[in-house]
Amino acid sequence: MASRIAAERESELAQFRQEIEVAIPALRRYARALTRNAELADDLVQDTLVRALRSEHLFHGGDVRAWLYTILTNLNRNRLRSLARRPAVKPIEESDAPDASGPETGGRDIERALAALVEDQRAALLLVVLEGLSYREVAEVQGVPIGTVMSRLARARMQIKAYLDGERPVLRRVK
Amino acid sequence: MTDRDSPVTQEELHAYVDGEIAADRRGAVEAWLAAHPEDAARVAEWRSQAEAIHARYGAIASEPVPPRFDLEALTRSTRSWRAAAAAAVLLAFLVGGVVGWMAHGASAAAPSRFDAYTAQALDAHKVYVVEVRHPVEVTGAERPHLVQWLSKRLDYELRVPQLEPSGLKLVGGRLLPGPFGPAAFFMYEGQSGERFTIYCARTDAPQTAMRYRAADRFSAYYWVDQGVAYIVSGPADRDRLLQVAQAAYDQIDKDTPAKPTW
Repeated sequence: MASRIAAERESELAQFRQEIEVAIPALRRYARALTRNAELADDLVQDTLVRALRSEHLFHGGDVRAWLYTILTNLNRNRLRSLARRPAVKPIEESDAPDASGPETGGRDIERALAALVEDQRAALLLVVLEGLSYREVAEVQGVPIGTVMSRLARARMQIKAYLDGERPVLRRVK
Repeated sequence: MTDRDSPVTQEELHAYVDGEIAADRRGAVEAWLAAHPEDAARVAEWRSQAEAIHARYGAIASEPVPPRFDLEALTRSTRSWRAAAAAAVLLAFLVGGVVGWMAHGASAAAPSRFDAYTAQALDAHKVYVVEVRHPVEVTGAERPHLVQWLSKRLDYELRVPQLEPSGLKLVGGRLLPGPFGPAAFFMYEGQSGERFTIYCARTDAPQTAMRYRAADRFSAYYWVDQGVAYIVSGPADRDRLLQVAQAAYDQIDKDTPAKPTW
C-alpha cells in the first residue's frame, strides 16, 4: 500500500517536472514582454523555475502552467517594488529601457507603449493576449476578481492606443 | 427584448476579441459591430495591438531553450543550495565553540545533521546552568502552561519527564532557536544544586539508540525518537547522567503511543 502511494507520488512528480519543462518557452516569452529586457527576463524565468522546483514537495496536483505564471508575475512585481524603494541609483528603470533589438519600428512602438503601462495592466494584457490565458486564469494569477482583470485589460488597451496615437505623428515629424 | 438584441457592452467587446464571449452573444456582437463603426474600429484597434505584441514577442517561444534552464541542473543547484544552507548552520555552531569538543567524537570527520542538535544543546546547557537569577523563562510552578506553550511552538505534544524519583526538581523551561527550527529546553535541579537539562527539537534524522558524548566539564546522552531529537546534558559524572537520561527516556517512551521498535 505504502509503496503504491509512493509510486503514485513519484509519477505525479515526474509529470509535474514535465509540465514545467513544457512551459519554459512560453515563460521566456512572457518574461521578455513583461520586462522588455532579455537578460532580466531569463533571470526571472530561472528564479521562477528554481522556486517551483524547491516547492515541488508542496505540489499536489493542479494547473502547473498557471502556477508558474503566478510565481513569475509576483517575482517581477517584487523586483519593481524593490527598485522603486531604491531611489536615484538608476535614474531610468532598467526594465523600461526598451531593448534595441526590435525587428522593426512597429515592434519598438508596441514595446514603448507596453513600457508606459502600469505593471498590473501590462501583466493582465500580456497574459490574455500573448499567453492566451482565460480571464479566470488571469484572475487567479493576479489574485483579483475577474472584473478587475477586465478593467485592467480595458485600461491597458486604451492607454496603448493613446500612446500610439500620440507617438506616430512625432515619429513621422522626426523622419 | 431577447438576449440577442440587448445592447452590447464594452466588456463584451473585449470578451469578443479575447474569445471569451458567450456563444449565444457572439451573433449579437457581430450584428452590433456591423451597425456601429466606432466600436468596430475599437475592436480592430485592439486586434492590431495584439498582432503587434505577437509580432514583437511571439518568436521567443520558438527559440531553443538555453541550457541554463535544464531542470536536472536546476534541481541539483536547488539541492546544493539546501545543503549549503544546512552546512552554513552547522558550521556556525561548530565554529561557535564546540570544535574542541567535536574532536572527541569519532564522527568529527563527517559531522551528521544530528551533531548540530547536540552541539546546540550543549551550548545552551553551558550558558544556562550557570545562570542564577534567570535560568528559565517559565518556571516549573507553571508546568501546564510551560508544556502547552512549548508544544504549540514546536508543533507537537511535548512530554516533560517527572524526575523527582531521581532527586531532580523541574526548574522550568525556555524556547530556544534550534539549528533547524524552534527547540524546547527544560532545566532540572538536584538538592546540591547540580543541574541537568533536556533539549528537544523536531528532526528528520532517523531513529537512533541512546548515545553518549562528553565535552570538558559536561556530558550528554542523546537519541532520536519519533521525529524528535532529545539531548539530556549534565555534569561529567557519566553514571549519574545515564540514570537521569534513562529515567527521562523511559517516561517519554512510556507516554509515547505506538512507538515503533528499534
